[in-house]
Amino acid sequence: MNSADYLTLFTALAPEVIVVLTALLVLAADLLGMQDTPRSYRMSIAAGLTTVGCAGAAGWMFLNPTVGNWHGGMFVIDPLNEVVKAIILLLTVFTAMLSVEAKFTRHCGEYFALLLLATVGMMVLASTEDLLMIFASLELVSLSLYILVAFDKSSRASAEAAMKYFLFGGMSAAFLLFGFSLLYGLTGTTNVSRMAHKVFTLGPDPLATVALVMIVIGFGFKIAAVPFHLWAPDAYQGAPLPCAAFIASGSKVASFFVFAKVILLGFDQLGWGDGSSAASGWIPLLSIVAALSMVLGNLAAIRQTSVRRLLAYSAIAHAGYMLIGFLALGGEAFASLLFYVTTYALTTVGAFGVLGVVEAQVGGDQLKDFAGLSRRAPVLAACLMIFLLSLAGIPPLAGFFGKFYLFAAALTNESQSLPFLWLVTLGIAMSCVSLYYYLQVLKQVFVVEADEDARPLSVPFLVHAVVVLLAAATVLLGCMPDWLLYTLQLAIGELGW
Amino acid sequence: MLAWTIYLSFAGALACLLTPRANPRATRAVALGTALAGLLCGLMGAVQFKPENGLEVITNVRWIPALGIDFSLAADGISVTLVLLTGIAALAGVLFSWNVEHRTNEFFAFFFALIGGVYGVFLSLDLFLLFVFYEIAIVPKYFLIAIWGSTRRDYAAMKLALYSFIGSGMVLIGMLAAYAVSGLASFDLQALAQHSFAPEFQRWAFPLVFVGFAILAGMWPFHTWAPTGHSAAPTAASMLLAGVVMKLGAYGCLRVAMTLFPEGLKMWQTELAALAVTGIVYGALVALVQKDFKFVIGYSSVSHMGFVLLGLATLNLVGWSGAVLQMFSHGIIAGLLFGVVGRMVYDRAHTRELDALEGMGLLKAMPFAAVTFVIAGFASMGMPGFSGFIAELQVLIGAWQAFPKLAIIAGVGIMVGVVYTLKTTAKVFFPDKTAEAELHHDHGRELDPISVQERLGAALLILCTLVIGLHPRLLLDLIVPSFQSPLFDGLRKVAGL
Repeated sequence: MNSADYLTLFTALAPEVIVVLTALLVLAADLLGMQDTPRSYRMSIAAGLTTVGCAGAAGWMFLNPTVGNWHGGMFVIDPLNEVVKAIILLLTVFTAMLSVEAKFTRHCGEYFALLLLATVGMMVLASTEDLLMIFASLELVSLSLYILVAFDKSSRASAEAAMKYFLFGGMSAAFLLFGFSLLYGLTGTTNVSRMAHKVFTLGPDPLATVALVMIVIGFGFKIAAVPFHLWAPDAYQGAPLPCAAFIASGSKVASFFVFAKVILLGFDQLGWGDGSSAASGWIPLLSIVAALSMVLGNLAAIRQTSVRRLLAYSAIAHAGYMLIGFLALGGEAFASLLFYVTTYALTTVGAFGVLGVVEAQVGGDQLKDFAGLSRRAPVLAACLMIFLLSLAGIPPLAGFFGKFYLFAAALTNESQSLPFLWLVTLGIAMSCVSLYYYLQVLKQVFVVEADEDARPLSVPFLVHAVVVLLAAATVLLGCMPDWLLYTLQLAIGELGW
Repeated sequence: MLAWTIYLSFAGALACLLTPRANPRATRAVALGTALAGLLCGLMGAVQFKPENGLEVITNVRWIPALGIDFSLAADGISVTLVLLTGIAALAGVLFSWNVEHRTNEFFAFFFALIGGVYGVFLSLDLFLLFVFYEIAIVPKYFLIAIWGSTRRDYAAMKLALYSFIGSGMVLIGMLAAYAVSGLASFDLQALAQHSFAPEFQRWAFPLVFVGFAILAGMWPFHTWAPTGHSAAPTAASMLLAGVVMKLGAYGCLRVAMTLFPEGLKMWQTELAALAVTGIVYGALVALVQKDFKFVIGYSSVSHMGFVLLGLATLNLVGWSGAVLQMFSHGIIAGLLFGVVGRMVYDRAHTRELDALEGMGLLKAMPFAAVTFVIAGFASMGMPGFSGFIAELQVLIGAWQAFPKLAIIAGVGIMVGVVYTLKTTAKVFFPDKTAEAELHHDHGRELDPISVQERLGAALLILCTLVIGLHPRLLLDLIVPSFQSPLFDGLRKVAGL
């Protein structure tokens, strides 16, 4: 099925179309009809529309399970990317709900429209196997996110963060495009799987290695892996809170998925190099990037006093763990990686939700602002404990099983000689380090008493609901990981990897 | 029946958390009920248990089929013994923490979360499940010490949490490696124990897993968390730490490291025994010069746990069953000692400095505490008639067969134990007449009388150590047949039994 008429394509793209239409609708409704209504009302309407749109898109995918491949991999629908798209839509809904109470902007319609456009970008990103489409949709995501980061116009930090994010992002796009163009020149195709075949049959070629390095650099920026992580702490700190949460969750899921697709499908034969030397493969390269990310992210997080920066460095560290998943190769790699990145995204959004309440009502994101939170907002405190312990990898929470599965998958691959034992050991050692700084936050929350005059926080209902829901999901996915795991493995099984 | 100990404890934790903060009486009632119910379940399970059956499977449900993980609980005589110990320690712990007024509901919630994890470890047959329970126990320990602790509680709590986490990290590496290398795609302990791992693999995997668990058992030189942790913890937590948590480590050594890698034990037998004996002598010598009452007991725990590790390393039946009996015995005696020191003395005198206590005339002020401590001291130094005697004797007999020289040194450790116990008892409760005459009028009558709960708790523990001391077959008939089960096949073969 290499070409299709316009209508088929339109039907195949229906979920994306629904989201785009929602974006336009939100924009129009807000600009045309609601300029005089109070902001909270406009925010609620816009968030409500966003939720309905995302639910509609997800519902369409659920009700019309299609499988197809249009224009030589330009647009692909398979069970796996449907799962990924559903996860992205879910994260968008959570982000929208966390945005309702936000006070950083008067431009409600534009804000939600951009959020939805970024979501569309991520959805297309997840369902293409073509280098050009990957690049185009990645740019759609990035441009929307640049603007979202800068959305708090009254804050210098927001502008600075956006500038940094934009400059680094632009640079990474250049690297990525350069890598893609080399690949195209080498293989004459932009389709990832056909490219893989060509790269393999071409035999040893230094250009392929150069392209590989360029691509790793390009995606390395997106996933904030060391040494391409420098934008992350500033962007996390300066961006409006829901945007930071979205960058940490949705953007991460989509980027990791497409990165894995390009590397694991496009370079599947080149893992240990092209035969001339093992160093030209992507396995040694990614191992080193993973090791550096875990070490630097975790060690730098120890020194942070701002919880946002702490979460940023922990995100860098987690990118390192996720890269270990690549080493499992093939279907296991996708399953373990997607399980990890999904649970990570859900947990992080939850942690940002709690952070948002503390920032709004205590006035900062410093460690000391969390003092006595267990008295001031017991439910939020308990949820925060679940999120942070899950990030640290304490069972029976989702983060633990994610790590466990990832490490088990990386170790069981490649016969029984345990080639990645050193990396897994490093990962586990670094989790011990991470427990230290997560406990530093929890110490403030549960051990340190609040000031005498500290009153209970009034938590908006919606935030409460989102946070509790996410905490419940974190516990459930930890206790019954089979639920998500089975879905993922089933979807991957149908692809026959 | 036995499995209910786990569920009841977690349910109890939740129930305690939900009792109103302002009503500590309700919390205490719930806590007492939970502890009693747990002990009752354990007792009934022990009565119904038939030791000649070896390993009795209690529950076996598929949990995460993708990775071959089952929710399987099973008990043999060793588990039953330790479940009973946990039940007794939990009940005594509740009785000895009757005076906790600060955040009572949270205190007992963490307390029972810890207890539930401990029961779970003792009853798990699946390695993954065992590990999950093992890690669940880490977090409550941290908060129990950090919130309700005393001297340097921040430091002690973090140190304990990190030591535990590092230990479990080592276990995790070994466990994943064993999973990958065995190729069984199962975490079932029995299946893994029957797989013979290559000697070269066992050479490094055994010490990794053994030491990982032994960190929590207070193995020298990784014992330093124990004295600081025990001293900083509130009474009930010290009782649990010394009484039960250290046994988790020893149990893990026996149940996981030794059964999975018996050849490894053979290779490292002498080194382990040497470390154990060093711990015995070192702990005793250091206890001799401590100035803080709780540190004396803390180091004595390190010394006594050395006997457990020595017994495990002997590779003969007498040594092994002695080690298990010593786990039980030390759990009871250490609980009693910490009960006297932490609850009876420290909570009233508000100091633990031996020099300060010397002048308080504690014999007159609280004769009950003095009598209890003398009994506990006798039990601890290995007086015949108490459980400590028979347990340490067995370990020494076992050690004599395996390594006579080390057994002699361990015997010297017992002598030193007598010295520090007598010295401390004399200093605190029977000081020189002159000092007593000067000061006891100032302090003697201000102290609260010993409460009923304390008397009950102390009586329970004394009764246990006496009964086992006079009739050790009660437990030995449970413990010894356990080593005949298929789980220990490899170990028996290596030991030539």
